[in-house]
Amino acid sequence: MEFLTILINGLSIGGIYAMIALGYTMVYGIAKMLNFAHGDIIMIAGYTIVLFFPVNPIVGIVAAIVFCAIAGIVIEKVAYKPLRGASPLAVLITAIGVSKLLQSAALIYSKGAIKGVPITTLGAIELFGGNLKIDVITLITIVCSVAIMVALTMFIKRSKTGRAMVAVSEDKGAAQLMGINVNKIITITFIIGSALAAVAGALMIFKPQGVEPTFGAMPGIKAFAAAVIGGIGSIPGAMVGGIVLGFIEAIFGATPLRDYVDAIEFAILIIVLLVKPTGILGKKRREKV
Amino acid sequence: MALLEVHDLEVNYGVIRAIKGISFEVNEGEIVTLIGANGAGKTTTMQSTVGLIPKKSGKVIFDGNDITKTPCHKIVHLGMTQVPEGRRIFQELTVYENLLMGAYSTKNKTGFKDDLNKIYERFPRLAERKNQIAGTLSGGEQQMLAMGRAIMSHPKLLMLDEPSMGLSPLLVDQVFEIIKEINKDGTTILLVEQNAGKSLSISDRAYVLENGEIVLTGTGKELSESEMVKKAYLGG
Ligand SMILES: Nc1ncnc2c1ncn2[C@@H]1O[C@H](COP(=O)(O)OP(=O)(O)O)[C@@H](O)[C@H]1O
Ligand SMILES: [Mg+2]
Repeated sequence: MEFLTILINGLSIGGIYAMIALGYTMVYGIAKMLNFAHGDIIMIAGYTIVLFFPVNPIVGIVAAIVFCAIAGIVIEKVAYKPLRGASPLAVLITAIGVSKLLQSAALIYSKGAIKGVPITTLGAIELFGGNLKIDVITLITIVCSVAIMVALTMFIKRSKTGRAMVAVSEDKGAAQLMGINVNKIITITFIIGSALAAVAGALMIFKPQGVEPTFGAMPGIKAFAAAVIGGIGSIPGAMVGGIVLGFIEAIFGATPLRDYVDAIEFAILIIVLLVKPTGILGKKRREKV
Repeated sequence: MALLEVHDLEVNYGVIRAIKGISFEVNEGEIVTLIGANGAGKTTTMQSTVGLIPKKSGKVIFDGNDITKTPCHKIVHLGMTQVPEGRRIFQELTVYENLLMGAYSTKNKTGFKDDLNKIYERFPRLAERKNQIAGTLSGGEQQMLAMGRAIMSHPKLLMLDEPSMGLSPLLVDQVFEIIKEINKDGTTILLVEQNAGKSLSISDRAYVLENGEIVLTGTGKELSESEMVKKAYLGG
């Protein structure tokens, strides 16, 4: 039963990391930038759900997805688009600035008070005569993240827009020569990434500690690590990296080392980068005009 | 009638003046070649004309539209595309998916199947390898794919930037044959080549580019007989 518990927890934590990591990796693949404000989109989702929860939880989640998508579009248009072609360092600093701006705005909005949803659990189900106890939210998380990953993979592989995304990530110039509007593809990428972050935020909301301005910071940085471990720019890589981190947390979380889980995860990031700098599924890329 | 008119085009890279105010035109149905040595500014001319790199000044008219400031993807929708230098096929996509990307700007879904079959007839190697990842193709096959991909968008004007680069003599002949066929089928061609002999022999007209300036122009025949061209570009 111990093993099953670890498997289920690993999948659920990993699914959340994977959904967030997909946003990092898609934006990196297509806009060639590290969007360090991505984690804070999760925080926007958190506050939106808390705000609309009394109306109806589902309305809250839908509103979160819509708000986050809009936030993603606005951030890209206002902060990143004017820097297209600028030095990567300028873009990176801007992204960190956007992150700080969002966290500060959240602090002003919340006046420092921690806000939460009125319920902290959706209950649990017991299997094998009470030997295995699984939280309902854990099951929902696994189902949602698997469904989203399958849907996203199909979208990239089968739809016209998805293939255009692959083309843009490989060669922007050649993609334009196909008639692809690169700016539009970048906008769509930000919308998808932010919507996935919103779903991740919704799945993380049922916690006693509630939402605070740094709600998305730690999951954001861990998911970034997951994207790098899997190979930044690679969509299957983000999924693999997320699941790997999820299992590390689940396995070490069940041992006396549980207080050192974060350190262990980042140590594994460093080891992966030493052994394979491009990440597990990453490829070397040549840049073209 | 001129399908493409370029007036006083200037392009800079920072302080480097790559193109210093050139004018040329391509008439409907023609094959026109820009010849010039390595670094003369041929690729810069092609890429700024199609909107891939910004122009400092000048004017570009295509099919009656002023496209001087039009972004590249819109120019493609107007009917001009380019087989870029180095082919730049999508390495991670299959041969079929590359051709599908070529048809990105076309609306007609049923036309796609016919177009695809025509490409597979013209390039049987691509048909054999349609499900292969394009990055694993040979140089010649990649050039065929790059040309096939460009034709999928039904361009009125097809620009080709050094399509013979890095190919064996046999393949070079094949590439020039295909360019002639594409032209016969009604597509106007603007070609850039260092291989002056072959390209002049299939060209209606040509321009000689040196250090970002057009120094000579004439029919393909005139230029291949010109002393200056013979000396500089035809090895004697
Ligand atoms: N991205 C670039 N940055 C700076 N200079 C460039 C760049 N691309 C080309 N050049 C310069 O512009 C000139 C023309 O180059 P190019 O158009 O590539 O010539 P060609 O295609 O005829 O070989 C050359 O002197 C080249 O060094
Ligand atoms: Mg060139």
